[in-house]
Amino acid sequence: MATTSSMFMYSLTIQPPSAITSAVLGQFAGTKEQQIITASGSKLTIHRPDPSQGKISPLFTQDCFGIIRSLAAFRLAGSSKDYLIVGSDSGRITILEYVKENNRFNRVHLETFGKSGIRRVIPGQYLAVDPKGRACIIASVEKNKLVYVLNRNAQAELTISSPLEAHKPQTLVFDCIALDVGYENPIFAALEVDYTEVDQDPTGQALEEVEKLLVYYELDLGLNHVVRKWAEPVARDATKLFQIPGGSDGPSGVLVCAEDNITYRHSNQEIFRVPIPRRRGALENPERKRHIIAGVMHKMKAQFFLLLQTEDGDLFKVTLDMAEDDNGQPTGEVKALKIKYFDTVPVANSLHILKSGFLFVASESGNHHFYQFEKLGDDDEETEFSSDNFPAEPTEPYTPAYFHIRPLSNLNLVQSIDAANPLLDCKVANLLDEDAPQIYSICGAGARSSFKTLKHGLSVAEIVESELPDKPEAVWTTKLTREDEYDAYIILSFKTGTLVLSIGETVEEVTDTGFLSTAPTLAVQQLGEDALIQVHPKGIRHIRADKRVNEWPAPQHRSIVAATTNARQVAVALSSGEIVYFEMDTDGSLAEYDERREMTGTVTCLSLGDVPEGRVRSSFLAVGCDDSTVRILSLDPDSTLENKSVQALTSAPSALSIMAMADSTSGGTTLYLHIGLYSGVYLRTVLDEITGELSDTRTRFLGLRPAKLFRVSVKGQNAVMALSSRPWLGYTDTQTNGFMLTPLDYVGLQYVWNFTSEQCPEGMVGIQGQNLRIFTIEDLSRNLLQENIPLSYTPRKFVKHPEHPLFYVIEADNNVLAPATRAKLLNDTTAVNGDAVVLPPEEFGYPRGTGHWASCIQVVDPVTTKSVVFTLTLEDNESATSVTAASFASQDDETFLIVGTAKDLVVSPRSFSAGFLHVYRLHEDGKELEFIHKTKVEQPPTALLAFQGRLLAGIGPDLRIYDLGMKQMLRKCQVTTPNLIVGLQTQGSRIIVNDIQESVTYCVYKYQENKLIPFADDVIARWTTCSTMVDYETVAGGDKFGNLWLLRCPQKASEEADEDSSGVHLLHEKHYLNGTPNRLCLMIHYFPGDIPTSIQKTSLVAGGRDVVFWTGFQGTLGILVPFVGREDVDFFQSLEMQLASTTGNPPLLGRDHLMYRSYYAPSKGVIDGDLCETFFLLPNDKKLTIAGELDRSVREIERKISDMRTRVAY
Amino acid sequence: MADKLRTLQQLESLQAKYVGTGHADTTPYEWKNNIVRDSYASYVGHPPLLAYMALGLGENKEVVRGQLIEKMIRATGPPPPREDD
Repeated sequence: MATTSSMFMYSLTIQPPSAITSAVLGQFAGTKEQQIITASGSKLTIHRPDPSQGKISPLFTQDCFGIIRSLAAFRLAGSSKDYLIVGSDSGRITILEYVKENNRFNRVHLETFGKSGIRRVIPGQYLAVDPKGRACIIASVEKNKLVYVLNRNAQAELTISSPLEAHKPQTLVFDCIALDVGYENPIFAALEVDYTEVDQDPTGQALEEVEKLLVYYELDLGLNHVVRKWAEPVARDATKLFQIPGGSDGPSGVLVCAEDNITYRHSNQEIFRVPIPRRRGALENPERKRHIIAGVMHKMKAQFFLLLQTEDGDLFKVTLDMAEDDNGQPTGEVKALKIKYFDTVPVANSLHILKSGFLFVASESGNHHFYQFEKLGDDDEETEFSSDNFPAEPTEPYTPAYFHIRPLSNLNLVQSIDAANPLLDCKVANLLDEDAPQIYSICGAGARSSFKTLKHGLSVAEIVESELPDKPEAVWTTKLTREDEYDAYIILSFKTGTLVLSIGETVEEVTDTGFLSTAPTLAVQQLGEDALIQVHPKGIRHIRADKRVNEWPAPQHRSIVAATTNARQVAVALSSGEIVYFEMDTDGSLAEYDERREMTGTVTCLSLGDVPEGRVRSSFLAVGCDDSTVRILSLDPDSTLENKSVQALTSAPSALSIMAMADSTSGGTTLYLHIGLYSGVYLRTVLDEITGELSDTRTRFLGLRPAKLFRVSVKGQNAVMALSSRPWLGYTDTQTNGFMLTPLDYVGLQYVWNFTSEQCPEGMVGIQGQNLRIFTIEDLSRNLLQENIPLSYTPRKFVKHPEHPLFYVIEADNNVLAPATRAKLLNDTTAVNGDAVVLPPEEFGYPRGTGHWASCIQVVDPVTTKSVVFTLTLEDNESATSVTAASFASQDDETFLIVGTAKDLVVSPRSFSAGFLHVYRLHEDGKELEFIHKTKVEQPPTALLAFQGRLLAGIGPDLRIYDLGMKQMLRKCQVTTPNLIVGLQTQGSRIIVNDIQESVTYCVYKYQENKLIPFADDVIARWTTCSTMVDYETVAGGDKFGNLWLLRCPQKASEEADEDSSGVHLLHEKHYLNGTPNRLCLMIHYFPGDIPTSIQKTSLVAGGRDVVFWTGFQGTLGILVPFVGREDVDFFQSLEMQLASTTGNPPLLGRDHLMYRSYYAPSKGVIDGDLCETFFLLPNDKKLTIAGELDRSVREIERKISDMRTRVAY
Repeated sequence: MADKLRTLQQLESLQAKYVGTGHADTTPYEWKNNIVRDSYASYVGHPPLLAYMALGLGENKEVVRGQLIEKMIRATGPPPPREDD
């Protein structure tokens, strides 16, 4: 990274990509339990399926800082642990193991074989392992195949040989798998096409004659070389291979999946072919041929089957029939191949069958699904198609097979895992009037699309909500004895009294508890063995198990203002500023310490820590006074109530809590003092367990109300609940052990206490106004909450209504029949029974038809009704391409919705018959659309924007200004830009034009002359997908290869563009190298690993600074945070260097970190925050080494890293 | 002369190892073919890019992958007719 850059950004991922590009199943922990490892972007995640709950949950995620292309699992013979092989863009083969004890991946081998990057001849695209774990093949799209022999040495460690080459130049590989051959020499099968002849033959004859070969490569383990053993032509359009079990489990061989048919092939077997059944129905084109796009083979005792999926999502069960001799013994010869419809699930990237009877579907788009098998489709009424009735020769014609789709019968959906993939557009806005904005996005494809609202918060499950007769001020729960498992009482304190409720099958009031009911309560505690304590303003009641009550009265004319208790100690503060301290005696009675400590100001809050295990007391008392200080007093017998340390605060403390929590720095637990202030600020400081010193203070603003703190227990860990205008939970992240503070998605509470009962072992009881609420927090792993509103088709773009909380989403699906066509087909049909049944498209997809478009505009209300409130379908094979809400000065500033459409659009190579601008009037506060008129334009409008009371439109390469007329849109002026305008931004008279290929161009509109003049453009061709103006001179954007960049217009050019009101000077300025007169400067450049689909400048948290927020196609949410000072930049740069170096935490797959972030162009001016955050995951000794190199303490480094995130984001 | 020969041999081995390495006599057809094949291989190899294109085309990712590799066979049309024919 150039250190000369004047601008630096810190890049962070808020949500990792949710698309799963590949997944493998295996026993990675070395136990009987199977895990699933998935690759999403550059992240490897191991998931644990829980068969008892039917749930799958992530165990650990690691960012590999490299593109993961292929995964494979293998097991050495006789071992019980699976290893993972990863093919990536590092030019290296990586073997990983999962270490269960540390919950980390460990790299076992890293072997270099070629250049880094994803190239035509560098292996990594295909990866296959011999089923017996003896060898693996890693292949590229063209020419290269490397075979590695896997073995173990005398120490039983995994070894990997040097690679054996099986290259064949000028050969393209369509698929490559390993054959199951039992313990014979390992064989790998590849689908190949040799293009040598095609390149030499000008007539085109060779192209027609080119053959696709199924090739077997045999690894001779004795001679240690690879031979091309067998090659046979197969169907020309075959693209996929599947393994058939061999050895003792089956006949071995492969299934070759081509368009419309599947063939069984093996070197010593006959050929068998079955068609892929097509859907029958009134809406289906009977001529449409399907492809197999995913599949899984499953072996059981003495039998096996395959589930193969077509692009419609239909699963087919494929089985082989074996021939038997006269005695009924199997001969090892295949008799027939059979196929039948199984069920329909979402179209998958990867399918996996678990031994426990589950099916994991990593969807191509939308949520991933986890199914349970109900049965295996063995004896249902589905027609089975056998190869007996179909010719085996690939060229011979046959009558197609048909089937009827039906709802799931063999599978049962048990879990749907939220995934925002593909994420196509996103806007951050605060429509709920909360203190932090929400993220609104459009995701998914086809009928499984959705409008997602993302909110920072933890989800809360409410168990009870009940209204009380009066407004309580506080609530506690208590056990009766130390050994009790569950709470017995709920104690409610009102202004003038106390109410005790007993917890049982019903919750009811009890009066004989010994609690004083005529006074409010300040604290309740179960003390010692079996006693209870009630602190009230006039004294302390000590209630023994036999209901004897000892009362300690407060001194005359003074009352108790604050109290704190633990199982052995009590401290109270009097209105005079005195602190009285009690400890439990050996006989269970409370003994007052003979001295009272007088504080300088009024005490506002007190806190005692828990009594540590094996000790008799907590040695610190924290005292908060209204002079904005917190003092730590010692409670040790030889220095009781002596000052240990003081901390000055910005405002008076309203709550204190001393608490031990898990800590990433020490690896164990650390004592913290949590402080809440009257100003709504929350502080967390480390409290030294010996000296009582306070250090490492971290601050966070919670809300406008005084912060109150409560100790709660969530998911087995100690957590702190901070209440301000909304409730927050402070807890330890399970993976990094870092401290997280997340708001709860719940009502504002006034008081909270732990609640444990038989039905609800880890609940909380809270007060909100006059209501008592009991709730639990169930998932701490996701701190972004999602709400989904289903949409009809693939959403393309959306705009917000200028005033109302409504969004207009344009949706379009290519190759899908429009609703009108569907209705017509259904009407015309003379269908027999069952053909006219239309099943829900969310599960079965829409009927398809090449060249057809289904498109609509939907109005989404994400706030009140949380649904689609209006749908307008486009007709005549038009598809929406752009949308904006524009107000027209000529129409009294009334806002209209303008939608650009294309008729008969063919995406590649691009063609269309016309483009239109539709104008809609908004009714009912924007909830309804009325069509006004449409204007035919030469090309489909691909970008629209409201501009100075008129409309700015990108019509192909033309940038135009339109005004709204009575009959049509009226063109006012235009300028031509390079290729195709895909986006527009404006500030003042400046317009930023995104070109599909030629980066961005700055234009200025000269009102007087009515001219659009481009004045600055870029030097690099960037295939822009999105951009935003971060200031008047600067544009942040992303391109379709997955880069993020920031471009700035030179100051002089920017000023000159606005100087001249007529634009004469600009018009006559000399053009430079076939472009505009000026060039933009690149400020930052970064490769985040996902394709940016939207970008904007916004703040994400209350009181946070503005950041550049971007979303990626695979569901990534990320931010770029500008650095303010040079000092921080230097620190993070050296931290980055340390982490990426071999002594730190170099990327797992062997990709050089800097090279990865500079994938297409050198990374500039960006610090990789994701790399910096891997510091949390390091073992302690490495942390110390790096801290030593940087001359800072580990705690300081962790604080800096976590501050970078928490200041601006989650 | 020996030096020149060695350079030539080195170049040849480089060309054999890294498909697409050019030389003084690279024809426009070869050059274009290499560029196009490299591009298609890159589209197939980058998972987000393949998914992006598949969504744009309204096709399945796996189907698009097959089509793109298929296109690599005849990347830029027939070669120019040989002069000696």
